[in-house]
Amino acid sequence: MDNFQPKIIAFACNWCSYAGADLAGVSRIQYPPTTRVIRVMCSGRVSPMFILEALRGGADGVLVTGCHLGDCHYISGNEKAVHNVEMARSLLGLLGIESQRLRLEWISAAEGARFADIVREFTEQVRELGANPLVAEQKHTVREGATLS
Amino acid sequence: MNYQPIIQRTRAYLCLDCGKCTGSCPLARVDLDYSPRRIVERVIFGEAEAVMADPHLWSCMTCGLCSARCPSNVDFSRFIVEMRAEAFRAGERGIYAHNGILQEVMRIQTMNVHQDRTGWLEDDMQVSEDGEYFYFAGCLPFFEVIFADLEVKALDIARSAVRLLNRAGIAPIVSNAERCCGADLMLAGDVDSFRRLAELNVETIKASGAKKVVFTCAECYNAFKTDYRGYVGQLPFELMHLTELLSEKLGAGKLELEARPGLVTYHDPCRMCRYLKVMDPPRTVLASVPGLELVEMEDNRERAMCCGSTAWVNCSGCSKLIQKEKLHQARETGARVMLTTCPKCQIHLTCASRDLDAEQAVDVVDLTSWVGQALA
Repeated sequence: MDNFQPKIIAFACNWCSYAGADLAGVSRIQYPPTTRVIRVMCSGRVSPMFILEALRGGADGVLVTGCHLGDCHYISGNEKAVHNVEMARSLLGLLGIESQRLRLEWISAAEGARFADIVREFTEQVRELGANPLVAEQKHTVREGATLS
Repeated sequence: MNYQPIIQRTRAYLCLDCGKCTGSCPLARVDLDYSPRRIVERVIFGEAEAVMADPHLWSCMTCGLCSARCPSNVDFSRFIVEMRAEAFRAGERGIYAHNGILQEVMRIQTMNVHQDRTGWLEDDMQVSEDGEYFYFAGCLPFFEVIFADLEVKALDIARSAVRLLNRAGIAPIVSNAERCCGADLMLAGDVDSFRRLAELNVETIKASGAKKVVFTCAECYNAFKTDYRGYVGQLPFELMHLTELLSEKLGAGKLELEARPGLVTYHDPCRMCRYLKVMDPPRTVLASVPGLELVEMEDNRERAMCCGSTAWVNCSGCSKLIQKEKLHQARETGARVMLTTCPKCQIHLTCASRDLDAEQAVDVVDLTSWVGQALA
């Protein structure tokens, strides 16, 4: 398990967090290559369904990132993200999936270092939890949608 | 692809083209482009591919009113469901309501999960590890989370069910290993996931040693009773809706219900009335509640109108129009409370009722929680 490299789906909003991730890149800040970033227009677009589907598809963790509260490009989209992530967290609880596999963070366009820190921290957190239990034992039974590779 | 087996199995070849199905269809009344008669005709005359690509394939609510009235006894609901299974294999999908959250929840349950879904049990409830009865709660814990905004209080149904069973001297088995019945996936074409869920559920109940399974959800009950057989064979246990069990106990004098005065009407969910013909037990239970008066809607029993949406697919403005008509029928009775025995009917109609002003609105409550609340 020592060389277990978790797969993390990171949703990043177009206006803040994606630019933050970009800044981490252009500033050449080093962080683990565990994330697959998906750009969405707003963190409020991330439905609990996206989070569940990522986990069903084999992701070991899901990171949702958006503009800081009060700074949302669409005024209150990130408040909806809070609601959606909370719903997803409750559903994960019922399904017996560790809620630590899901994380919501606010990252502004100027916070490249913060993006890298969060990815580093979250990667460790997911690494400790181990591989996604949903697919650990039945790798090839995903019935709809592709398995992440 | 050969569609003859579907046409044969559902007796669609007997279609006389009379249009009684379209005339009865609650959806065709509000969506003028939708016609069950035309769908059958197109498939019979070789346009099945076009039907599968048509978004209307996913609009049918499988309420069964058409099949009930068809002079040739064509099973249109089954016809649609089997066509959807083919369309699903070909990569077509309906438009998932609620962003597909419910489908995801159901599909995850086909996997290696160790659920924690019985947190709703309270200290005063008696449940057992083994015994004769298994209470199948279905999706209620998930509805409680997903529909928190609607305040449908889905878990009140489960809590009331266990309290009522306790009152009748039964401590049921309640299990964390239970999965969703999968009916909504099957109705939306995903039969492989449905088969897996059916296998897992039957395994769980068998392992518990229960001989009887009690349901509070019309859809779960129907899935077990009608559809599971075709996927996992004969079930080695008896199935019953809670109202059937309660009315039996009431008849034998083994149960007495507390008074809950008021005027209510009862909505027959399509699975209960047209599929399983369970119409009297809920009424018997209501008649045994002292002070409760039941008034029937214009369309009741086999004629009951649909709640407007099925399988969490293709909920639309048309669904809302159907729901509003249903709520109007309920209001016409003078009752302000409509009871039902399907949590999904409750969710759909509650959602529609929120758009109405106070004069028109109806409180949609599950029969089990209504009767059970008098106990608490």
